[in-house]
Amino acid sequence: MGAATETFYSVIRRQGITRRSFHKFCSLTATSLGLGPLAASRIANALETKPRVPVIWMHGLECTCCSESFIRSAHPLVKDAVLSMISLDYDDTIMAAAGHQAEAILDETRAKYKGQYILAVEGNPPLNEGGMFCIDGGKPFVEKLKMMAEDASAIIAWGACASWGCVQAAKPNPTQATPIDKVITNKPIIKVPGCPPIAEVMTGVVTFITTFGRLPELDRQGRPKMFYSQRIHDKCYRRPHFDAGQFVEEWDDDAARKGYCLYKMGCKGPTTYNACSTVRWNGGVSFPIQSGHGCIGCSEDGFWDKGSFYDRLTTINQFGIEKNADQVGMVAAGAVGAAIAAHAAVTAVKRLASKRDDAEHRS
Amino acid sequence: MTTEIARVQGALDSAGERARSLQTVYVYEAPVRLWHWVNALLILALCVTGYFIGSPPPSVPGEASANFQMGYIRFVHFAAGQLLIVFFLMRVYWAFVGNKYSRQLFLLPIANKTWWWGMLYEFKWYAFLVRDPKKYIGHNPLAHMAMFSFMVFLVLMMVSGMALYSEGQGIDSWQYTLFGFMFSIFTSQTLHTLHHLGMWAIVVFVIVHIYAAVREDILSRQSMISSIVSGERLFRDDLPD
Repeated sequence: MGAATETFYSVIRRQGITRRSFHKFCSLTATSLGLGPLAASRIANALETKPRVPVIWMHGLECTCCSESFIRSAHPLVKDAVLSMISLDYDDTIMAAAGHQAEAILDETRAKYKGQYILAVEGNPPLNEGGMFCIDGGKPFVEKLKMMAEDASAIIAWGACASWGCVQAAKPNPTQATPIDKVITNKPIIKVPGCPPIAEVMTGVVTFITTFGRLPELDRQGRPKMFYSQRIHDKCYRRPHFDAGQFVEEWDDDAARKGYCLYKMGCKGPTTYNACSTVRWNGGVSFPIQSGHGCIGCSEDGFWDKGSFYDRLTTINQFGIEKNADQVGMVAAGAVGAAIAAHAAVTAVKRLASKRDDAEHRS
Repeated sequence: MTTEIARVQGALDSAGERARSLQTVYVYEAPVRLWHWVNALLILALCVTGYFIGSPPPSVPGEASANFQMGYIRFVHFAAGQLLIVFFLMRVYWAFVGNKYSRQLFLLPIANKTWWWGMLYEFKWYAFLVRDPKKYIGHNPLAHMAMFSFMVFLVLMMVSGMALYSEGQGIDSWQYTLFGFMFSIFTSQTLHTLHHLGMWAIVVFVIVHIYAAVREDILSRQSMISSIVSGERLFRDDLPD
């Protein structure tokens, strides 16, 4: 994998871009960023000398839906991301090498780019039974993950699995599947949740890191702010129907055909942070709500354990029964009301009795 | 005439017999009473609109652009919630400048043995184990504890409510800066559920609160309901105990 030493400049030259065009690009970039006259040569120097960012892409407990999403990216095309922006040195599902050759790349990258490569993790490590539920290259995945994380500059946690745990971590989580940030605590981790994440969000994150040489700004949960700072609900094209009070009540009713808000059908748009309602899917064609189905909140922590995808009010299991807040609350209010009625009755009886006593004492 | 007026003093019945003079204490100052009743109205508005935010009324017909039903329901909820906070902050201020009873809601005298004894006694009173209740100028210890707990609870509702409100205002808003920490503890969906459960806890509190106030007004040795209207606490007997 000597190709990993290639610079951005050598890659674009190979793709037929002239040196003249390259310098024009650098000058334009410097000008548009408002930098001084020397900046253009500095940018050119950086692109000519700095090696492309090497990326190691590993797979733990997962379904590969993140990879499936990633390879469908339209803006930028995934070929540009994988072949020119980054140097994807290792990705066991799509790489040509296999077996010992593939594993050797991990050691090579770790030695050659110590502290410089980015570790992209799809899926998560199960910790139960010493990590035996996910064996990769003859070793528990958790060991491989820790080894590669040791010398990485940053970690990208792809998808709900790596970010939160996803379905394998849903109750009762028999394999003790654990999100990356609970296993690796000493490296910057950028979470790109979703099941899978939107293709353009994935390549967008990669583009940002390679272009600016740093991680994008993250929110409180460690997600890139540029894609995860708003709820689906905030930018949903059906939002006017929500504000108007127009809801789908049944899956096949007239309101469903008119495209009313899916709030009552349990749409999780109001509690889900993702870019689906703006970026959309499949090159901007559609997204779940546009297709007539509510959001299931797949980019949210523990979305498998938050009751039905089709209930507005979340099922609460803490009481040993499956009830929502209204059912629990009405039972509580009813029980307290009955207790108070009983207490009032006892009070009245006692009071009558004591009055009779007083009357008898007086007479 | 003037001499006749001068003689008509104190409470009289039609025959001119004087009523027993009873001890009254000015307990609830005007800002406290105003806060209490504004709070009651706001909580009613919050519970009704909050319920409808969780379970919206049936769809309205017509164009979306011609209706704003959920918008108005949410507006009332957000406005009432923020008024609740403003009045609460004014109430906290009054705890500093008001009389000593205005501080009861925010302080528990947990080091006071008599207070704990009084708490036990109140439990006995409600369990029909003692014949007569004690007299208290401010809250009795049990009510004191209940009110303090409710204040803590109300603060949790305010904080969770502002956190949920900040979701719509965006992560650059001051609301998110101040209250966004709630999302480090709970996910958005869980916080919605907890806030909703909190509404039911308030309903339960209101039921108990009104029952206790009415019952004490009838059975206890002091005024209750009129006190939160006039501020005066009237004691019905002069017995020392």
